[in-house]
Amino acid sequence: MDIAVLTPDKEIFSGEITSVKVPGVSGQFEILSNHAPLVSALTEGEVRILKKDGQKMNFNIEKGFLEVLNNSVSLLVQGLKE
Amino acid sequence: MGANLKEVRERIKSVKSTQQITKAMKMVSAAKLRRAQDAITRMRPYSNKLNAMLTNILSNLDGDASTSFGQEREIENVMIVVVTSSRGLCGAFNTNVIKAALQTVAEKYQKQLDAGKVSVMCLGKKGYDSFKKRPEFKLVTDYVDIFSDLSFDNVAQVSKQLMDSFENKEFDAIEVCYGRFKNAAMQFAEADPFLPVTKLETTPGETKMKADYIFEPSEEELLKHLVPSILQIQFQKYLLDTHASEHGARMTAMDKATENAEDMLKDLKISYNKARQEAITRELSEIVGGAAALEGGS
Repeated sequence: MDIAVLTPDKEIFSGEITSVKVPGVSGQFEILSNHAPLVSALTEGEVRILKKDGQKMNFNIEKGFLEVLNNSVSLLVQGLKE
Repeated sequence: MGANLKEVRERIKSVKSTQQITKAMKMVSAAKLRRAQDAITRMRPYSNKLNAMLTNILSNLDGDASTSFGQEREIENVMIVVVTSSRGLCGAFNTNVIKAALQTVAEKYQKQLDAGKVSVMCLGKKGYDSFKKRPEFKLVTDYVDIFSDLSFDNVAQVSKQLMDSFENKEFDAIEVCYGRFKNAAMQFAEADPFLPVTKLETTPGETKMKADYIFEPSEEELLKHLVPSILQIQFQKYLLDTHASEHGARMTAMDKATENAEDMLKDLKISYNKARQEAITRELSEIVGGAAALEGGS
C-alpha cells in the first residue's frame, strides 16, 4: 500500500509500505494492507513505518490526522520531531 | 555654461546608480517571490487533504457541524489582525492593507471602536508603524516580527493564541486584513472574517462516492480536532499570501522605478548634449571672432 506523509511545510515521505503504526487519540493502532476506509485523529506519540523494502522509519509527532482509502494512506502530521 | 554641463553629468551619474539599485532589488524580489510561491504550493497537498477529510465528515454528519469556533455571539470586543510587510519600497501595498483594515472597522465595528474595544494585532512592522499613531486602537505587538520565521509551527502559535482568546470570550470577532496574492502583478488587500467560522466549507460540486469510512473517534470528536487545524492552515495561508504579495508588489514597484529612471536618463542625455553643443558653438564663435579681430588689426 502507498503512503504520503505530509506536514504543512512539506512532504516528508511517500512510497510503498508494508505497515504503519500510529498513536490514535484513543490508543495506538497499526494499519496493514487492505484496511477498511478510515479517518482518525492522532495524538502525541511515535509513528512507525515499515517500508516495503524492509527499512524502518520512525518519528515523533505532536498531533495529526490519518486517512486510509483504497490502500493508500495519507498521514498529516503537525509538530514533527525526528 | 561649463558648470551646467558638469551638473548634468553628475545627475546622470546619480540616476544611473539609482537605476542599478532598483534593478537589483527587482531581481531579488523576483527570486524571493518564487520562493514565497513555492511555500504556498508546498502547503497545498496538506490543506487539500485536510479539507477533503472535513468534507467527508460533514457529509456523514449531514452538515450539522457546530463547534465552539462557530459560535456567534453579541460582538463586544473585536480583534483585527493586520498583516503587512516589514519592509517598505513596495508601492501602495501596505497602505492598501491598512486602508482595508480601517475601512472594515468603520463599516462593521464603529460602535465597538467608540467604546474603545477594538484591538489590533500587527504582524509585520509597517502595520505597527501606522497603527501606533492611532491611539483609539489597542495594540497587540507580540508578533510584529513574525515574518522572520514563517514556518508552520511558529505561525501556529499566533493562530492558537487567537483561537484561545476567542474561546475564552476575550474577543467576539476576529478579522484578518492581508494582501491576497493573485499573481505577481496583482494583489488585493482584503479583510477576511477569521472567527467565528461563518461556515465550514465543503468543496462543492464534488459528488464523490461516499466511501464507508470508519471514524476514529466519533465524527463529532474528530471535528473538534480537525477544525483548529484547518483554521491554523488558513491563518498560515494569510501569512504566506501576504509574503508573496509583498514581493510581487515590490517587484512591480521596482520595475516602474527602473523604467522611470530610464525616462529620466533620456531627458538628461538630451539636455546634456544640448549644453555640450552650446558650449562648442560658443567656443567656435569666440575663436572665429578672435581670428577676425586679429586679421582686421594686421
